[in-house]
Amino acid sequence: MAEVKVIGSWSSPYTRKVEMALKMKGVEYDYIEEDLKNKSPLLLQHNPIHKKVPVLLHNGKPIVESMVILEYIDEVWEGPAILPKDPYDRAMARFWVKFIDDKCIPPMWKACWSVGEEQEKLKEEAKQGLKFLENEIKGKKLFGGDNIGIVDHAANFIAYWFPITADFVGLQRLMTEEEFPNLYRWADDYCSHTFVKENLPDKDGYIAILKSRYRSIIIWHYLSLINYVTFLVRSPHAFPIYEYEFK
Amino acid sequence: MADDLKLLRTWSSPYALRVVHALKIKGLEYETVLEDITRKSASLLEYNPLHKKVPVLLHNGRPVCESLVILEYIDDVYKQPPLLPQDPHEKAMARFWAQFGDDKVMPSTWRVFTSEGKDQEEAIGPLTENLKFLEEQLKGKSFFGGEAIGYVDLAFGWMGNLISILEEIIDLKLVDAEKFPLLSAWINKFSDDPVIKAFWPPRDKMVEKFKAMREHFLKQVP
Repeated sequence: MAEVKVIGSWSSPYTRKVEMALKMKGVEYDYIEEDLKNKSPLLLQHNPIHKKVPVLLHNGKPIVESMVILEYIDEVWEGPAILPKDPYDRAMARFWVKFIDDKCIPPMWKACWSVGEEQEKLKEEAKQGLKFLENEIKGKKLFGGDNIGIVDHAANFIAYWFPITADFVGLQRLMTEEEFPNLYRWADDYCSHTFVKENLPDKDGYIAILKSRYRSIIIWHYLSLINYVTFLVRSPHAFPIYEYEFK
Repeated sequence: MADDLKLLRTWSSPYALRVVHALKIKGLEYETVLEDITRKSASLLEYNPLHKKVPVLLHNGRPVCESLVILEYIDDVYKQPPLLPQDPHEKAMARFWAQFGDDKVMPSTWRVFTSEGKDQEEAIGPLTENLKFLEEQLKGKSFFGGEAIGYVDLAFGWMGNLISILEEIIDLKLVDAEKFPLLSAWINKFSDDPVIKAFWPPRDKMVEKFKAMREHFLKQVP
């Protein structure tokens, strides 16, 4: 019998999308939680270049980078398609995946952890990306059509993790219902999809992780809202939060 | 009816060259539309409104953007000869390495090229680390794709002509043949391949262009 393992991080959207894809295909797997502050020999052996999660191990062979993993899962296992069958539709899906990963998620995430002018710039940058996504989702239930596809997986951070994080740090007016009604509706459809909602980390658990992992960031964040201390504090780029632990 | 293929590109874009090489390997006829990146055509803006960049492949009027996406599309539609491996795990590895090239190797090369003095010295370490991974990948192989040029070779194709051009401008060896014998050999083998060689942009124009780029970046440093 094939041996399938996932090395991941409980709170990570990148890990979750891999698990969802495996479950959608009905694939049994063992899950190994990784302590990202103390990386295991197993992780370092199987992802020596990036040292990140998630890692899929299939019969001992590693596949890394969540989008590469999703394409692999789609090719190896039968079941609901993750990518469209038509070559042009596949190209479009890959294009949107790259766009979301490169242009939407980074500024959205960074905006959560910055303040002042830096934050405003990042918000603008993120909104530019979201406008294109808003247009793309018009008239469609999900990016994958009637079913969850690779683009929905790519955007899972936007649907679930981002609103919680933004709310927690007090980031306002980046993705509002007024400005992005279709994306808002998509996020709701995505998160309430019977399959997805069973596989999301619970909100309180995720917030607890944010609190513990980024305690120093949060303290800095709130202190710097009081302008007089900002000159005492280092720039956000000095904090490792900018570097994703997972991809 | 024959497929209508058009490629919007610039004279020098390494990303566009990936597509040029892929189309040649597949033996496909197409029309070239040369873009001036300082004055983007209405077509380019229409077909790639998000990024406004080349390359854009038009297949029967439908645009495909992003060079690696285009390579996969060409490989999906025109099966022979294959660019990506058939085995799913090897295919996944090919996608991984191409991404590694764009995310790590290219930026680290660029950092060395657009800096000087202490900054440049510091930038060499990360580049060397990245090149070591590539060297390792070439063990026992003529090309990243095995015996023939494939997807990963095309993804790293920019090294085929650009490395020696950058080395000439900054007077610094980026891929030392002693430290990276396999990678050096690959650069020579790849760039001398008749399919590839035919499409290199004029070297003197490239030297001029990249010299100007380096000067521009050095001026930006505070």
